[in-house]
Amino acid sequence: MLKRTVPVAIAFVVGLWFVIQYFVPAGWSQQSLTDATNWAKILLGFAYILGLYSLVHVHWLRIRRRQPGYGYSLLVYLGLGVTVALGMVGEVEKAWNLLAGGSASFADFQTYGGPNWTSGVDWIYTYVLYPASATMFSILAFFIASAAYRTFRARTLEAALLLVAAAIVMFGRVPLSAAIDQAIPQFADWIMAYPNMAVKRAILIGVTLGMVATSLRIIFGIERAYLGGD
Amino acid sequence: MADADNAAAGTGQGETGRQRALRLAAVAVLLGTFAAVNVLIFQKEGGHSLRAGGELVWKPLGATVTWEGIGIVVAAGLTLALYSFLYADNAFFKAAEHLYVGVGLGYSLVLAWFQYIKAELYVPLVKYWVRESWLGEQVPGRPDWKLIVPMILGLFLLARFVRRLEWMSRWAFAFIIGLGAGMSIPLFIDAQVLRQVEQTIAAVRFDALLVALNTLVLLVGVISVLIYFYFSIEHRGAVGLVSKIGIWFLMISFGASFGYTVMGRMALLVGRVQWLIQDWLRIPIQG
Repeated sequence: MLKRTVPVAIAFVVGLWFVIQYFVPAGWSQQSLTDATNWAKILLGFAYILGLYSLVHVHWLRIRRRQPGYGYSLLVYLGLGVTVALGMVGEVEKAWNLLAGGSASFADFQTYGGPNWTSGVDWIYTYVLYPASATMFSILAFFIASAAYRTFRARTLEAALLLVAAAIVMFGRVPLSAAIDQAIPQFADWIMAYPNMAVKRAILIGVTLGMVATSLRIIFGIERAYLGGD
Repeated sequence: MADADNAAAGTGQGETGRQRALRLAAVAVLLGTFAAVNVLIFQKEGGHSLRAGGELVWKPLGATVTWEGIGIVVAAGLTLALYSFLYADNAFFKAAEHLYVGVGLGYSLVLAWFQYIKAELYVPLVKYWVRESWLGEQVPGRPDWKLIVPMILGLFLLARFVRRLEWMSRWAFAFIIGLGAGMSIPLFIDAQVLRQVEQTIAAVRFDALLVALNTLVLLVGVISVLIYFYFSIEHRGAVGLVSKIGIWFLMISFGASFGYTVMGRMALLVGRVQWLIQDWLRIPIQG
C-alpha cells in the first residue's frame, strides 16, 4: 500500500485539485497554486542532489576501474569542485561565523568584479561556461551543414520543397540577400511567419492533446510508469 | 577494436612507440604554440590590464596579468580545444568537454542552492530553527510551517540512496507528477489549444488581399497538417488530398526550421571567431 497505493493517491489528489483550482479565482485558491509552485522548486533543489550523485558515481566508477580515459573524469571533478567551492565560499563563511562564532573571511576568493558572493562564479561563467557552451553549439553548424550537403537531394516534390524553403530562409538571413533585393529576406520572414507557423501551431495542438490525455491517465492512476518497477 | 577504443578515449594505450612519440610531440607543439601566442599578446598589449575590471595578480616577463587576462586565455584555450573536434576526436576536446560538464553541473548546483533551497526553504523556515533554537537569537518574522511538507518530500527523494527506503521517493515523485499533470491540463488547453485555434480561425479580411492570403495560409496549413496526423481514417480521396497538402506544409516548415537553426548556429560560430580575433588576439575588426 505504501509503495503503490499512496503515491497513486497523492498524484490523484494533487492532480485533481490543480485542475479544479484553475477554475476557482478565490485568493486561497491562488495561494495554493503559489505554494505548490514554491514546493516544486524546493523538490527540484533536492532533485539536483540526485543528479550530482549520479554524475559523481559514474565518474568515480570509471576512475576506480581505471577505464580508458579515466583521467578525464578527474577533470569533471575539478570543474565541479572549483565551481561549487567558489559559489558556496560566502555561504561557508557565513555558516562558520554563525555556528562557530568565528570571524573567518574568504573575501580574497570573492573580490573579482566586486564584493559579491557570485564573484568567483561570475568568472567561471564568463570565461569557462559561456565560451564552452557557445562553442559546443556552434560546432553543430558544421555537422548540420555537412549532413545537409550529403542528404539534401531534390528527388521528389516534397524533398524539393524542404530544400528550397531551407535555402530561402538561410539566404534571407545573410546581408547579401538584402543587398540583392529586399524582397528575399522579407520572403524568408514570411515563410517563418505563415507556413512555418501554421505547421508549428498544428503540431502544438496535437502535442497538447496528447499531453492532456497522458495527464488524465496519470491523475486517474492508469499511467504508473513514473513509479518505476516493483 | 581495443586500439580504436583506446585511441577514441585519447589514452594512447595500444600505440607503437613511434606513434606515441609523434602524439606527444604534436601535443607539445600545440601547447607550446598556444603559450607562445599568449605571451606575445600579453607583452604586446602590456597584458590584459588595459581592460576595465580585474585586479593585478602577477607580473611575468614585463607583462601585467589579471584575472580577466587569465580568463581570456582560459576561454580561448577552451574554444580552440572544442573546435579541435572538427579535425578529429582528440584529447584536447575530451578534456575541455569533461571540464565543461563538471563546471555546468557545479553552476547548476550553486544556482539550485541560492534560488531554490535557500530562497524557498532556508530563509522562510530553517533559518528560524537554526537561529532561535540553536543559537537562542530573536529573528523578526514568523516561520512558514507549511514548508515542512516539501522539506519532508525532499528528504524522501533522497531516500533513493537507501535501497530499503527507496519506495519513499515515489511519494515525492507522485507529488511532482500530479502537480505537473493537474496544472498542465487547464493551462495547456487554454494557451496551446483554444488560443491557437482562436488565432487560426480569425476572420478573413478581403479588403486587404495579402492579409487575407496570410490568414488562409494559416488556416489551410493548420487543418491540413492536423488531418495528416489523424490516422483513424484512411487517407484516400478528399482526405488524402488534404493530407498531401499537409505534407507539403510540413516539408516547408522542416526546411525553414532547418535553415533557421543552421543560421543560429552560424551566428554563434561567427561570435566565437570574432571573440578569438578581437578579444584574444587583439586584432581590431573594421566595420
